[in-house]
Amino acid sequence: MIDKRVEGFAAALAGLRDGDTVLCGGFGSIGEAFELIEAIIGLDVRDLTVVCNNAGSGLVGVAALLKAGRARKLICSYPRSTDPQVIDELYARRALELEIVPQGTLSERMRAAGAGIGGFFTRAGADTDLAQGKETRTINGALHVLEQPLPGDFALIRAHRADRWGNLVYRKAARNFNPVMAMAGKVTVAQVSEIVELGSLDPEAIATPGIFVDRVVVV
Amino acid sequence: MTPLSRRQMAWRAAQDLAEGQYVNLGIGLPTMVCDFVPPGREVVFHAENGILGMGPAPEPGKGDKDLINAGKGLTTLLPGGTFFHHNDAFLMIRGGHIDVSIMGAYEVSERGDLANWATGSDKLAPGVGGAMDLAAGAREVWALMEHNAKDGAPRIRKSCVLPLTAGGCVKRVYTNLAVLDITRDGVVVREMIDGLDLAGLQRLTEPKLVLANDWKKLEVPAL
Repeated sequence: MIDKRVEGFAAALAGLRDGDTVLCGGFGSIGEAFELIEAIIGLDVRDLTVVCNNAGSGLVGVAALLKAGRARKLICSYPRSTDPQVIDELYARRALELEIVPQGTLSERMRAAGAGIGGFFTRAGADTDLAQGKETRTINGALHVLEQPLPGDFALIRAHRADRWGNLVYRKAARNFNPVMAMAGKVTVAQVSEIVELGSLDPEAIATPGIFVDRVVVV
Repeated sequence: MTPLSRRQMAWRAAQDLAEGQYVNLGIGLPTMVCDFVPPGREVVFHAENGILGMGPAPEPGKGDKDLINAGKGLTTLLPGGTFFHHNDAFLMIRGGHIDVSIMGAYEVSERGDLANWATGSDKLAPGVGGAMDLAAGAREVWALMEHNAKDGAPRIRKSCVLPLTAGGCVKRVYTNLAVLDITRDGVVVREMIDGLDLAGLQRLTEPKLVLANDWKKLEVPAL
């Protein structure tokens, strides 16, 4: 019997190592797996590369992880979201390596990783400082920049409901980066509000099929 | 002369949105454009975080925490609205499916170069969000911004001083003083507020301005 349900955060995060890349879903604080992400702080794991659209809000979730000094690097599009106190303090001390990526490029880099695509050319940012050091090419008369796939060792995502196969449904705009991160994580862990009987999620409404999900934890 | 308020600036830009257009509103001032589309005109607002058919802000206390806009403020979904994930949201942007992107700007050059992501400050981390994708992919980019910086420096420039978001993307600029088109023939003044003439506007603008033959007074309601 396939059963991706796990009990507790230790089981949910088993195998996370120093230096891993961790994809953290959410946009602002919506759709972010706060409790699952904060559970990393209780583990002896360091030098993480965190990938998240923002650098967290207030003192919870990704912000708490960064404040605890567990990340060496943050890859994001817009670090200063609602209540950016943690990133402001870390940036002032230059205590965190920061890679700024256009938001659509960030998302597409993870899609490429999940889809087995070896990178892609995009016009976004091609004629800007963010393309420095990257290969550019003129395609159909427009300058494009080559962007690389961005896989995660872990993806820590949040969904509304799951079943034991790891099929996921989301609520409203809390979907955001979670489905693409689920595709790009070698180990994808979904924090959900509820697990329901197999067969009771509407197949037409499942936004992330269970093939992309390894573990499900209820919070 | 009385410069437009921020609400009046948003109102003015909203009047130019056409029936049936798909429109992305940037964070800050452009978000207010949503409130001023003329009644009866159907415009579909897109949010980069996975919404089409975004409505106005909810009444106080009535919002849903999982329903936010690009600026992380609570919003609503209109009948016919949909949710989708980030890849689809940006595929719509880069793939030319968005008719108009209205963004705030620090600077716009006479060639339509846009600078709206980095202030050059070393105190706060810069953030680009979806601005580069929108600038590269939307069919039209309109900038909505104060005509001058707080210290009076022009923000419509011969060349941008700040780092670019994209070159040559801005087609139209709405300011608190004027409506301007970026064209091959230069920066064309379409509308100016009452009490301002071309010489007065030119003193507040770096590149040479061209007055449209059919220019009008920039008139807005009290809001």
